[in-house]
Formats: sequence, C-alpha cells, structure tokens
Amino acid sequence: MNNYKLVYKIAVVAVAVLIALLVGAAIIIAVGGDVFATYWIIISMPFKNFRSLSEVLIRMIPLLIVALGIAVSSRSGIINIGAEGQMYMGIIAATAIATNCGSLPKIIVVPMCIIAGGIAGGLYGFIPGWLKAKLEVSELLSTVMLNYVATQFFNFCIRVPLLDPMEKSGTPMSRRVAENATLSRLFRGSSLHQGIFLAIILVVVIYILLFKTTWGYKMRAAGASERAARYGGINVSKYLIISMVISGACAGMAGAVELMGVQGRAVAGMTGGYGFSGVVVALFGALHPLWIVPASFFFGILLYSQVNLQILTSVPPNLVKALQGLIILIIVAVQMVINNPYSIERFRKRFFAGREMKKTEKEA
Amino acid sequence: MARFDKIKELRVEHITKRFPGVLASDDISLTVGEHQILALVGENGAGKTTLMNMIMGLYQPDEGKIFINGEEVSLKTPNDAFDCGIGMVHQQYMLVPNMTVLENIALGMKKSWKGIKVDLAMVRKQIEEISGKYGLAVDPDAFIWQLAVGEQQRVELVKTLCLGAKFLILDEPTSALTPQETDELIALLKSMSSELSIIFISHKLNEVKALSDRVSILRHGKVVFEGSTADYTSKQIAALMTGHEVEVNANTDEPSKGEDSLVIKDLCVRSDRGFLALDNFNLSIRSGEIVGLAGVSGNGQRELAEAINGIRKVESGTITFQGKQIQNLTPGQVIATGMGYIPEERNTEGIVPSMSIKENIILKDSESDTFSKNHILKNGVIEDTAGRLRTEFDIRCPGIHTAAGSLSGGNIQKVILAREISRKPKFLVCVYPIRGLDMGAAEFIHMELLKLRKSGVGILLISEELEEIMNLSDRIAVIFKGKNQKVLSRDEATTEKLGILMAGVKEDE
Repeated sequence: MNNYKLVYKIAVVAVAVLIALLVGAAIIIAVGGDVFATYWIIISMPFKNFRSLSEVLIRMIPLLIVALGIAVSSRSGIINIGAEGQMYMGIIAATAIATNCGSLPKIIVVPMCIIAGGIAGGLYGFIPGWLKAKLEVSELLSTVMLNYVATQFFNFCIRVPLLDPMEKSGTPMSRRVAENATLSRLFRGSSLHQGIFLAIILVVVIYILLFKTTWGYKMRAAGASERAARYGGINVSKYLIISMVISGACAGMAGAVELMGVQGRAVAGMTGGYGFSGVVVALFGALHPLWIVPASFFFGILLYSQVNLQILTSVPPNLVKALQGLIILIIVAVQMVINNPYSIERFRKRFFAGREMKKTEKEA
Repeated sequence: MARFDKIKELRVEHITKRFPGVLASDDISLTVGEHQILALVGENGAGKTTLMNMIMGLYQPDEGKIFINGEEVSLKTPNDAFDCGIGMVHQQYMLVPNMTVLENIALGMKKSWKGIKVDLAMVRKQIEEISGKYGLAVDPDAFIWQLAVGEQQRVELVKTLCLGAKFLILDEPTSALTPQETDELIALLKSMSSELSIIFISHKLNEVKALSDRVSILRHGKVVFEGSTADYTSKQIAALMTGHEVEVNANTDEPSKGEDSLVIKDLCVRSDRGFLALDNFNLSIRSGEIVGLAGVSGNGQRELAEAINGIRKVESGTITFQGKQIQNLTPGQVIATGMGYIPEERNTEGIVPSMSIKENIILKDSESDTFSKNHILKNGVIEDTAGRLRTEFDIRCPGIHTAAGSLSGGNIQKVILAREISRKPKFLVCVYPIRGLDMGAAEFIHMELLKLRKSGVGILLISEELEEIMNLSDRIAVIFKGKNQKVLSRDEATTEKLGILMAGVKEDE
C-alpha cells in the first residue's frame, strides 16, 4: 500500500473516534455527568485487576461466538438478525440436557449440551435460510419475526416444561444446571470460564472454513455475486442455507455457553441482547474472524462499563447504548469515506503533492 | 445566459493532468473549429475521457489552459461549461427511467424552474423547436423505460441541445447501439455539424472514417497523431492508435468436417418477461467450427446462451451436446460436460468482482483435484496457475491478488478467457466477446478463439458486429425474434444479406 493511503486510513479512523468521543461528551454533559470521569471509568476499569478483566472477557465470549456466525452468513449474502432467537433455542435445548443428564460424566455432558445448543440454533437458522433460498422471503423479515416466536417459546418453556419445581418466589426460571454440566471457572476469584476455549477454537475453525476450504470459497462467491456464482456452477441456494445453519449454530452455542458458564439456569431475558450486538461486532470486525476478536473485546468493555457507570457515577448506564449507536453510525460513515478514491486523491493533493513533485524532479 | 453566441473555435493548450501514479494527460493541445467534427481515438485508458471531463469542468487540469474563440475560460464546474455552450453526452445515459422525456429534460433546465413549479409548457416548446431543427424525433410524453437504447440516446442529445449546447462532446456514442441505430446516428450527426461543432470519442474506426473531418489519436495521455481523416485509411489509423500494425485475425481455413458437437432442436425458452424468447430454434455446430450468430440484440441471444448453459429453464425442445441431452441440467452439471461460456455481462456474471483474480480463476473448479484436496484449497497450486495464466494471457494487473472488478474491461475479459480456455472445454459459447474493448484486446481475444477452433473445439459466437462474425465464422446463422432465419456459409455471407436477414426479411420473400 502506498504511504499516503495508510496515513489517510489512520487519519480517518482517528477522526471518527474523535467525533464519537465528542458527541458522547455532549450527551454526558446534557445529562449532567462529568465527561472525563465517565470516559476514564469506561477505559480504565476493565484493566484495574484480573477480576475486572475477566468480567470483560465473559461478555466477550458470547459476542465473539455470535459474531463469527454472523460473519459466515453475511459473507454468504444473507444478513442474520435472528441470532437472538437462535440463542434462545440453543439455551432451551442445552437447558433440557443440562438439567436432566447430570448423572453422566462431565467430559460427555458438557459437549452434549453445547452440541445440542448448536443443533437447535442451527435448525432455527435453517428456517429463514430455506425461506430465502426457495421462496425468496426477505431474511430481514423472517429472522426478526422468528425472534419474537423464539422469545415467547422460551418464556413458555421456563414457565412450564423447564420450570424449577422448587422455585417458590414466582420468578419463572429453570432448575440449576447440573454440576457436571457447568463450564468450570478457570481461576479462583475470577468469573472467567472454560467457554473461552470454545470461542478460540471457533475463531480458528471459522477462519479456516471461510478462507481455506472450498465450501467457504463457494459461500463467499455466492455472497459477493449471486449471478457469477450461479454462472460458475455453484449451487447458491444450498450454500445460502448452509451458511444460515452455521450462523444459527454459532448463536445456539453462544446461548449454551452463557447458560453453562455464567447464568447457571435459564431465566427470562438472559441473552442480554448479545444476538443484536453480535451483528455490530461482526461489522466492526469487517466480517473477518480475526478482526472480530478485538472488535468483540472492545464491545465487551462497553458492556462491562454499564455496570461500573451505575455503581460509580450518576451517568445513566444507557449512555453506553447511545455510544454503541454512535459507533455504528460512524462505522457506516467511515466505510463510505475510507475507500472513496476521490477523498483519497484530495488528501494526497493537499498533504503529499508537494513532496511527490520534489521526488519526481529529483528523479528527472 | 450563454457567454458565447457562437463557438468559432475551442482550443486547449498544453493540458496536463496527473492522477496518483498515472499521467492521464501529458501536454495535450487540440483545436476544434466551427462546424468541425473531431474524432478522438485511442485505446482504453489512453486518457480520452479524462481530457473531455476537463473540458466539461468535471476535473481541473494541473497545467494548461482552455480557450473559446481565443478567450481564456476557466471551467470549474459542469455549469461553467454549460454556460459556455459546451454539452456532453456520456457513455452511460443520465436519465431517470420512471420519468417522461419531458420531465427528464426539465430536470436539468434551470430556467424552467419557476419557484416551486416547473414550467413544462416552455420545456415542451423548446423540445419541439430543437427536434424540428435537427430532425431529432422524440415523444416528450414517453417514459424513458419504454424507449430503446437508440431512442434514449436521442433524448440525451435533445436534452443537451435544450441546455443551449453549441459544442457537443459524445463519449463512445455508438457503444450500445445496434448497427442500424449506429448508421442513423452517424447520418444525424453529420447533418447536425452544419450547426454545431462536435468532438466524438470512439475506437471503432469505420465510424471515425464515416463521420469525422479530423482525427486526433491519444496514447498514454499524449497526442501522438493529428490529421485530416480523409488522408488516412482505417488501417493506418489503427496502426497509429495501437503503436503497431494491426493484423486482422480472419478465419481462412477450410470449413470443419468434424462431427456435430452441439445440436439444438426445436428449442423454446421464455424471457424474464414471460414471452417466448426462443421459438422453435434450430442450430447445429460441429467440433472445430465457429458458427457466428448474427442478430440485433434482444432477439433471443441472451436466452439461447443461458439455456445452453443451464442458467435458464428450457420450455420444450432439446439441446444435445456430444450425444447427450443437456437441457435443464444445472449450470454445474453443464460445466461438467465440458461446456465453456463467456457471458455477455462480463463485469457481473463472468467474474465475482470483489474477489481476486486468483480466486476468479478457480470459480468453476474449486472442487477439482487440481485446486483442492478433501475440500481444502491448495493455495500454492492456485497461485502458480493464476501467475502462469496472467503471463500467458497478458492480463495487465498489479498482481493476482488484485480484485478482478477493479480491472479494465479488456483485462476482465482476459481473466474470463484464461479461465475458460485453461479448463480445456469441448465447446465454447461466446457472447459479445469484444463489446466495448479496444483494438489490442479484441485482436488478442480473436486470436485465442481461432487457436481454440484449430484445436477442435466448436464455438458459438454471438455478436452484433458483422465484421467480427464475418472474419471469424465458418458458417453464419441469423437470429430474429427467437427463430433461426437462415444459415449461410462464409462465402455466401455479405453485409447486405445479413443486414436484410437481421431485419426479419427472408431472402426468398
């Protein structure tokens, strides 16, 4: 890459971050908060000690797994905003096994739960994939609608078939998952659990799938240009459906991990919006499995800061949601600017033209 | 209001324009006098469009000046150029399809805007005036989407003239027109030159010869030749343009005596809009033979190519390839029988534009033993193959990792050709293979097709360019409204005969 292009890209990102911070500052001032203190809490708290860093990491795990699935489907030409529903389906399946098969050894029951979550999520992803491939139903419509269905089905399950009979408080929830079905914590005094290994494995698997295998190649070709893929003899419908199944399976596994590593039982609202944030993380990570890792870490920090803001300041934690929204808008804007050849050319003229001229003169 | 009543002379002096890494215009000087038609020719990327964009105020030159009637003008925006009476018709038409002709023309006419109202009556009067004056018939109330490409171009011309243009710039005006429409346009422009001056960009030399008074040739941003058109033959101009003698690749071999390779019988196929685009179409092609299919585009050519390659459903009839019926197989199955296909839409169908050249080379073969094992891609082999094909087919690109969509049309076509030919097809369907390409690229592609023919491959060459068809084909079929009009041998075919058949008249009528 040319020198000036790299400088240009860094400059654009820097300006974008600055704008996000400034607009965020305006919002903080508007709600009567202290700008610097707020930002300091968001940035510094996660790194205060290992315990707080673990808090970021346990939020990062489901985000990362969901976002990997989103990357697969988006690169195959289908936008999966149904990860939320697929997570719920995964949780239901994992709960059913985790609460009933506690007598089996851990080495068997843990993978069983995760796989069950993956299968349930995958099947639930199959529906919108099939609808789009065969009947050309917009996935935006079908996935959003199926989210409602899944949420209500989940609410039914934790009230009737999975309800904890010992629970007398009236809060609908499932029984605790069996001891043998939990993802163990890795360190004393930290909430970080074994789910992080699954996340790391999936990063590698999805990376290889997308970029090193013929399946990934065909998915990417179908997503980039359906017409050319068809011309090239690729069965576009088939790979569209497969990509949605993989995407759903990732979301389902993320749900299972959240259940077995963090919550310990199925409770209402336990997906915490990871299904939607995962879409943003995937886009922020440029739909690339390796870039999604830092992207999910960054969003983990934002999510964790909600907790800290509530405890330490008067700033409403929803501010973080506003910041998230700002970041999304800025990503979109930056993508428009960063590859625009005209802006690059103007930038070069303004800051680099003089230097180049001198160089050509020297050469001449 | 217009600054000049008349443009007696447009002169550019010592214009230089740099883009990152490229000298797009290198000290260019040109003069166009009153009632003159200047043809600006050169290969793709020679800097023709850049130069015109500077005259139109879309770009500013880094150095140099533009004069009108001897007076220096500064053209900072397209509006400045309009004010000086310069108008341009772009290669891609700038019309809103779901608006009428009248509305489209009013869109750019600031003087018709009266506050929040548009004075359509005034615009209508002006359109009538202009069409009467120049013989440009347009229906002001027709919607753009209803019009054929040639008619849309007339609308663009009327629009430009309504804005008060006295100096016209036309960027490859014939690239999307049928041969008949092209002839009409050339006659029209010739008569218009009694009122206007025209610069027209082209790389079709027969048009340059037919239309222009003077010709300027650009190569790598420099004017390498200027002269009066009448003094030079097409061949001389072609040599100056490419920098070397251009060999016309012609098929002079004995007609093939091979066996029937592809036999199409009573084929019926529906178009996207539901009517029968192919209506009992019959044609057979031997191996080692090029059959040209001439016809005005839109008579079923696209549907034929898609039906053969499994992309479009066949309603009835059969397609037999090497003794096996292949109608209604999936595209993948057709590819597996050894069929090669160079599609009409090279930018969106022939390649995946956002993928690299390397990845586009394996589009049809990712599962083959050569490029993968147990579904894992063999990156090394793929890179070696892509690198080899890049040299073999002279694909000009920064590297095999470059996105294929960022290449020029000619190089995209070379990527497609490299893939299709290196797959060693038994048959090749080739649709408009040189449309929009410069002479160098076209020459290269024709050479490769003839080589392929020699190796015993049958080729169906679908084209609108009669010259191309007559040079390359062993036999020539003419398609009209989805039917095969007649098949002529190379010796029988003449431009006149083909023209009549293409217009739908059978010879014996």
